[in-house]
Amino acid sequence: MNFEYTFHWRPVMRKLPDLLEASLVTLQISVLSMIIGITLGMVLALLRMNGPKPLAWIASVWVETARNTPALFQLFFFSFGLGAFGMHLTPYLIVLFGLTFNNAGYLAENFRGGFQAVPDTQLRAARSLGMSAWQSYTRIIIPQVFRIVYHPMTNQLVWAVLMSSLAMIVGFRELAGETQALAFKTFRIFEYFAVAALIYYAMVKFILGISRLIAWRMFRY
Amino acid sequence: MNEPISFFSGFGPKDLWFLAQAAWQTLLISALSISTGTLLGVFFGWILSESKIVGAITLGLILDAFRSIPLIIQLVLFYNLFNVLGLAISPFWAGVVILAVYTSALVANVARGGIEAVGAPMRRAGRSLGLSYVQTMQHVVWPIGLRAVFPSWVGVALGVLKDSALVSVLGHPELLKVARDLITRTQQPLLVLAVAGAFYFALSYPISRYAAHLERKWQS
Repeated sequence: MNFEYTFHWRPVMRKLPDLLEASLVTLQISVLSMIIGITLGMVLALLRMNGPKPLAWIASVWVETARNTPALFQLFFFSFGLGAFGMHLTPYLIVLFGLTFNNAGYLAENFRGGFQAVPDTQLRAARSLGMSAWQSYTRIIIPQVFRIVYHPMTNQLVWAVLMSSLAMIVGFRELAGETQALAFKTFRIFEYFAVAALIYYAMVKFILGISRLIAWRMFRY
Repeated sequence: MNEPISFFSGFGPKDLWFLAQAAWQTLLISALSISTGTLLGVFFGWILSESKIVGAITLGLILDAFRSIPLIIQLVLFYNLFNVLGLAISPFWAGVVILAVYTSALVANVARGGIEAVGAPMRRAGRSLGLSYVQTMQHVVWPIGLRAVFPSWVGVALGVLKDSALVSVLGHPELLKVARDLITRTQQPLLVLAVAGAFYFALSYPISRYAAHLERKWQS
């Protein structure tokens, strides 16, 4: 075996602030796509269950496409695909839309399971107490659904962070993109990606820790 | 005067054949990595369920790292590690090896869940009926645990099928890489993406439907 490679960590360490800054971009875009994704996912789940036919069909197509094609394919759709219509999004928007589309599709299925797990009698009881449909959903049903889907939701957030690394392929400089750009400039590919892997690991652990803390605080009764 | 040479040419039947071949590559990578990854993963899951403390500290931590680092980073990192070590390995096999390890990390969790779903009393009952450890595993734990976690396993397998698209970063001509190259040549992104998407859908959707059907059948 010819082992002729010498590791050079110093150039990576010198660029560490850039990498950490880029990881904040990763966190920001994944959290933002999660927030929009949760809202859209909830709407998609409700439409799919009891929306008017054409809207329910659109929601089904959305959910099934998001779940049955690779996330990278969805990113390509928002970059090349929309380019065909003359819409050229910035890399940031491509990644944000792609991630949100994917998150919304997966979360919609989680929410659908959550809505089905809350018995119908809860809604009827709320209505017969004089609450409007809006009130009974926002005060009675959705809090219970959130409790059921909390764990899948944190998983989805972790997936969103991991998935945002695909931005590297469409040229957005979040953590993976920044790593790639720096790595190919210096040809210290292994070293840069090893450090990026560590940062991702730390981010995922951080998110899981925070979510456990929130769950402990919120669901103590 | 000659016609100006065009760099672009439309999407033809030949390109459909290109995409079909690329879809075959995607299927091949996925089938190889899912099968070896599942075998490894079930073995790891068994270790995790048998040696709680030692297993969780050593194997558990390593597998957890594979689940917490984006696959695309793992692919670039390990492909370069192979090069650094002087191992000449093709992008195809590098992709299969890395995907298989990634699959095993996901399957290990599922398998451990399956073994734990059976429960100690059931296994003790098996042992006290005179079954050996291996027989208990084979005739009690396997059939019951399999039913409990089969849907999760299908979820993992479908995830890996879709994640195999990332092998394109190593330059292997799988479905999405070929689609991207065809877009550059034909300048017809919507058509090419629709065909590529249809191939993925055709691979993934029937499996998820069949799994949902099996799940319903086993529950009743």
